[in-house]
Amino acid sequence: MAMTFNKIGDGEWKLNVCGYTCPHPQMYTKKALQKMEGGDVLILEFDNPSSGESILAMCEAEGNDLFDKQDLGGSFSWKIRKA
Amino acid sequence: MLGTQTENTSWLSKSNNRYAAGVVSFVIVCSLMALSLDSRFLYLLVYAWFGVIYGVLLQYGRFCMASAVRDLFAVKVPRMAVGMMIAVALYSVVATVVTLAGFSTFHPNALGWHIMIGGAIFGFGIVFTGGCASGSLYKAGEGNMSSMLVILAISFSQAIVVSASGWWDNMVPQSWVSSAVAKDMPSELSVTQGWFDIFTAGYVWDLKGTTMAELLGMGGTASGAIFANAFLTAILPVTVILVLLYKFYFRKGYVRRTGKTAMSMKDELAGLWAMCTSSKNTALAGIGLGIFAGLHMYVTGALRDHYDILNFGDLLAAMGYQSGLSIQDTVFDPGYWYITTQEAQWGGWVLHQLGVENMGNIYFGLENGLPNPLLNAPGFMSIGIILGASVMALTRGEFKWKKPSIESAIFAVVGGTLMGIGARIGMGCNIGAFFATVTNGDPSGWIYLLGMVIGSYVGVKVFAWWMDWSVARNQSECAL
Repeated sequence: MAMTFNKIGDGEWKLNVCGYTCPHPQMYTKKALQKMEGGDVLILEFDNPSSGESILAMCEAEGNDLFDKQDLGGSFSWKIRKA
Repeated sequence: MLGTQTENTSWLSKSNNRYAAGVVSFVIVCSLMALSLDSRFLYLLVYAWFGVIYGVLLQYGRFCMASAVRDLFAVKVPRMAVGMMIAVALYSVVATVVTLAGFSTFHPNALGWHIMIGGAIFGFGIVFTGGCASGSLYKAGEGNMSSMLVILAISFSQAIVVSASGWWDNMVPQSWVSSAVAKDMPSELSVTQGWFDIFTAGYVWDLKGTTMAELLGMGGTASGAIFANAFLTAILPVTVILVLLYKFYFRKGYVRRTGKTAMSMKDELAGLWAMCTSSKNTALAGIGLGIFAGLHMYVTGALRDHYDILNFGDLLAAMGYQSGLSIQDTVFDPGYWYITTQEAQWGGWVLHQLGVENMGNIYFGLENGLPNPLLNAPGFMSIGIILGASVMALTRGEFKWKKPSIESAIFAVVGGTLMGIGARIGMGCNIGAFFATVTNGDPSGWIYLLGMVIGSYVGVKVFAWWMDWSVARNQSECAL
C-alpha cells in the first residue's frame, strides 16, 4: 500500500505509512510536520516499531506534543500536536 | 503458589505468549536433540543461544545500528548513536577482562583504504534497507518480510561477489595480480581468477592488522589491554562522540525543556546523562549487548580451550563431518558476534547445491568453508537472533507479518545487495568490522564507521531526493 497523507478536517491531518520500514516513517513524519501549521494535529499510522522510537525522540527534540499512543497489535496510531 | 499458577495461566491465555513459549520450547528441544547426537554440539549451541539473547535485546531496544548513523542525518535523532556508544564502552570493558583471562578469540582486521570504501558502500545501502545486518535479522523476527528480503540479498550478493569471475577481473591493478601469484597458493585455489581473490591475495594480505596495544609497543601486557585497547581505542573516542552528539543534536532541545537561560557544568552533565537515558530501552539494550558480546567471546574461548581446538572445523572433523570444510579443515568461526560471513555461506551453500563451483576461491575454499547450514555455528547465531527477536516481539504484541510495499521491496533488494558488496570489501558489517574491532583494541573499526557515516550521509540525500520525487508523482493521495 502506498503512503498517504491528507487533510481530514480543520487543523487535522492523517499520515499512513503502514508497510514501510525505516527510514520512511520517520522521514515522512518529519516532512508532514513541516507542512502543517503550529497547533495542527497529525494522526500517524505505522507498523514499524523502531520508527516509533525515532519519532518519539524527534517530537521531544522539536517540542511537538505526542499526546495519544494507540497500540493496535503490531501497528500503531499516534496523535501529534505540532508546536 | 496458587497465585503464581493463576498468573501463569493468564500469561499463557494470550495467543502471542503461547507462540513465544512455543518458539522457546522449539529452541530447547532442538538444542537437546543436537546434544543427544553429540555433546560437542555444545560449541554450536553457544552461538545459537547467544544469538537468542542478542535477538531479545535488539528487539527490546529497537537496537539497529543503521539508524545510529542514518537518523542523525535523516531526522537529527541521536537515540541509536548513543545506544551504540554505550554498547561499545561496555563491550570494551568486558573484552578487556576476557583478554586478561586469556580467552580472547579476536583477530584484528587488515587496515587499508578498502575498510573505508566498504564502510561507505555498506552505509549507503543501509539507508535504503531500513536496517543494518543485525537490525534486519531482528526485524525479520518481528515478521517484517522486507527485512527477510534484505537477508536474502546480503547472502546471495556476498556469495556472488566472492566467487564471480569475468570482465571485471581486468579492473584490478596488475600489481595485485603479481602479488597474488607470488603468494604461491595451493593449486586447488585459483587466486588469479576472480577479482575478489585477487583483491584478497594481492592487496589485503599485504596489509597489516594490529591493535592499539601492539602499535604502542604494549602488546601482551595488562596495561596494553586496559589503557591502549580499552581506554584509548574505545572509551575515549566514545566519550568524545557522546559529547559531540550532546552538543549538536540534544542540547538545544534539552535547554528548551529545562527552561534554563544559563547552563552550568553541572547542568551540562545532567543534560548529557539525560541524553544517555532518554530511551531507557535502547540504553538497557546497549548495556546488555555490551556485556553479553564480551561474555560470548569468553565462553567460546573457554570451550576452544576445553576441546583443545583452534577452530570449529577441528571439532566438525573429529565428529565425522568433513563436507564443506576449507582446504585447511576450517570453517568460519569468529568466536564472537558477527553477521555477514555466515550469511554469505548460506548463499554460497545454496549456489553450490545448484551446481556452482565456488570452493576454488579464497573466501570459501581457503578461509571459511561452505558447511551445511545445519552445521554452521555462526549461522545459528543469526537464526537465534531472529528467534529471540520473535519471542520478544510476540510477548510485547509487536509481531506482525508485514508485506512490504513495492518500493520497500525494491529498496530491500538493492540496498541489501550494496550491503553485501560493502561488507565483503570492508571485511565485515557494522558488527564484525566496527563493533567487534574497536572494542578489542583494533582502531580499523573507526575507519569503517567513518566510511559508514559518509555513505549514510550521501544515502540520506539520495533518499530525500527520491522521496520528494515520489511524493510529486503521487499528489492525488499525498498532500506533502
